[in-house]
Amino acid sequence: MAKTVVLQRKPLSLSERTYLPQIVTGLKTTFSNMFKEKVTLQYPEEKPSIPKNFRGVPTLVKDPNGREKCVSCQLCEFVCPPKAIRITPGSVPEDEEDREHVEKAPQEFEINMLRCIYCGYCQEVCPEEAIFLQDEYSTSGYSREEMINNKAKLYELGGTLPDQHYKWDKKKIAEEEGNAH
Amino acid sequence: MSTNGKSSMVTINLDGNDVEVPAGINLVEAAGIHGTEVPHYCYHPQLSVAGNCRMCLVEMGTPMRDRATGEAVLDENGVQKIGWIPKPIIGCGTNVSPGMHIKTKSPMVTDSREGIMEFLLVNHPLDCPICDQAGECRLQEFATDYGRGYSRYVERKNVKPKRTKLGPRVTLDDERCILCSRCIRFCQEVVDDDVLGFVDRGSFSTLTCFPGKELSNNYSLNTVDLCPVGALTSTDFRFKMRVWFLKESPSVCTESSAGSNILVSSREGEIHRITPRRNDSVNDSWMTDSGRELYKQVKSDNRLLSASVSGNSLNLSEAISSAIDLLKGKNVGIVGSCRSSVEEQYLLNKLSKNLKAKKFLRGHFGDDDGILLSADRSPNLRGNLVTGFSNKYPSDVLPELAQALEKKQIDALIVVGEELSESGVDLDDVNIPVIFLGTHQNKTSELSTVVIPTLTSFEKSGSFINRNFRLQSFKQSVPGPAGLLPDLHIIVSLINGLSEDADQSSDLASIWKQMSKSTTNPLHGIVYSKIPGDGIQLDGAKWDSLPFVEKKALHFSPLKQTQSA
Ligand code: SF4
Ligand code: SF4
Ligand code: SF4
Ligand code: SF4
Ligand code: FES
Repeated sequence: MAKTVVLQRKPLSLSERTYLPQIVTGLKTTFSNMFKEKVTLQYPEEKPSIPKNFRGVPTLVKDPNGREKCVSCQLCEFVCPPKAIRITPGSVPEDEEDREHVEKAPQEFEINMLRCIYCGYCQEVCPEEAIFLQDEYSTSGYSREEMINNKAKLYELGGTLPDQHYKWDKKKIAEEEGNAH
Repeated sequence: MSTNGKSSMVTINLDGNDVEVPAGINLVEAAGIHGTEVPHYCYHPQLSVAGNCRMCLVEMGTPMRDRATGEAVLDENGVQKIGWIPKPIIGCGTNVSPGMHIKTKSPMVTDSREGIMEFLLVNHPLDCPICDQAGECRLQEFATDYGRGYSRYVERKNVKPKRTKLGPRVTLDDERCILCSRCIRFCQEVVDDDVLGFVDRGSFSTLTCFPGKELSNNYSLNTVDLCPVGALTSTDFRFKMRVWFLKESPSVCTESSAGSNILVSSREGEIHRITPRRNDSVNDSWMTDSGRELYKQVKSDNRLLSASVSGNSLNLSEAISSAIDLLKGKNVGIVGSCRSSVEEQYLLNKLSKNLKAKKFLRGHFGDDDGILLSADRSPNLRGNLVTGFSNKYPSDVLPELAQALEKKQIDALIVVGEELSESGVDLDDVNIPVIFLGTHQNKTSELSTVVIPTLTSFEKSGSFINRNFRLQSFKQSVPGPAGLLPDLHIIVSLINGLSEDADQSSDLASIWKQMSKSTTNPLHGIVYSKIPGDGIQLDGAKWDSLPFVEKKALHFSPLKQTQSA
């Protein structure tokens, strides 16, 4: 075992006893900052700029043609660790012309923001690129019910994102032109 | 091979190990017995072999013999040489033979499977997110095992009809069909209703109904279960719930005395679908479409959800005690039910013994379809015979009860689930207390003094005895509505409340201990928890002389010529 060595405390010098040099150094920092550029944000009037890969509130997005992308496959509901997502699947009516070939869409889609832990798994798992954690980060409400985002709210928050695939458009073209036989 | 029992097993060499398998089975089954899965689509153990998907390719060799002399050809170590067939063969269409060698894991076999998968996926749509089969799809499963993960196919995929209504309950998505023909063979071989077929050729082959026909037989939904992919889907279940959320529990169909084995799939206490469970002695892998609808009763509008006495809602224990008060010291009549479980019938019989009550029993009958819908439309008529509740074959009218009521021989009545006006008994001007135990409202429950709600077979455990005298247990799948108790508890409270020295337990294990005591009873020696998943065959010879109404059907032949009831 190591031996305990008792150290002798050195007596304080005069300048140390009066604290003066330390006060002066501190004030120097304070005064020098008064003339520097401001870095504090006046939140909530001023909002920080959010980096692109930020994981904010999960939202549902539409494709550039304004159609909902989610097909209610419920994979996000399955993967969500705190079980924040609740989906009621539904079908797209056969007479809805520009979407009938998609066949399936959510009837209701709820994300409970009191449960969500912003992990981003839902975005990662989504095969249709329909759910994104975007830049919205501040949510509040007066009741528990208010903190559950329903389908309408989710689409309102989500808006439209660019889509490279146009999967459903391709599907529609294939359906219309098809392989003749 | 000789025909005596012992040599009905043959030895084959499976991936380098000698294993024993029953003679006459095919290689897919033989490998399956020893835990090696040979992927397959078109083969189904209960249908004829079509051999058209080629997914089950394996390598096969047989011991070599000299052509001229018939002598075994030996290698340098004196072991008989194996003549490997240079090309893979289909496992489903090849039966085992003694000494046969099979490779299911060789590079050639894996190569074949990968090749088949690539071809199957060439025109397959990328539908998994909207496909109901996802999660229980053989194509998905084998694509993870043998798929290449990307497509080399750059041409445009074939487009085929989607959302085709093949019949009232089945929707077809032709793009997903892998042309295995299981559905076609099922309709031809099991239901004898030949309505499905392929039209067009090659990659344009399309499954369709013959002109002017539709897939509307009462077994049509079995094609949905059979279909290895998501081509055939149930219109009722379509887009309702993903299968990976469903909890499956084994149960028995209550539609008729056929007693099909079923799986009840539920999520968070709500039943979403019913599918057949394989039992080779009862229902193979099939069940009726009408039986699949029965789960809807659980949430139906006329379900009894609270107890009531003279029309006022009360809680269950209050209702039971007022029932006890009404029954005390009376000449009680008990109308039992062929829809109750064996245990409930046993306890009801015990209750009637304690009360010296008159017993009545009504049967429910319909047409027999000769497959899995029998003429006896109750799951447990035979339970009444075995437990002693009745020794006669019930009919669907109850003249004895009507008489007894008229002669005022009965001054209190317990009715389990039955609707008495249908059976020729008019309760309107009978002035005696009626205690009704049942799951759903009917005319009798409306006229009853005390109504005690009970649970459906999905919400309780128990057992039924089917038309073959096969005892089959069912397990609770979903919790019952709040505040309700299983029928057993209610009958037990009546027993214990009505006789001073009674100390009946409502625990299934102890009820079975009592039931299986008597050596003359067919239930002798049976322990509830040990009833196997496919049931126990009981000896029903004692009741051979009763006029059972069932006709010859799948895995059932009536012992004597039946008369209609
Ligand atoms: S971010 Fe995570 S916790 Fe929130 S909804 Fe998505 S999966 Fe669930
Ligand atoms: S958001 Fe994506 S993962 Fe979730 S249900 Fe819709 S399509 Fe599926
Ligand atoms: S049939 Fe299987 S592989 Fe094809 S879309 Fe449906 S789940 Fe996916
Ligand atoms: S619909 Fe299904 S069962 Fe019928 S042939 Fe096609 S893949 Fe096979
Ligand atoms: S399972 Fe053998 S060819 Fe299809």
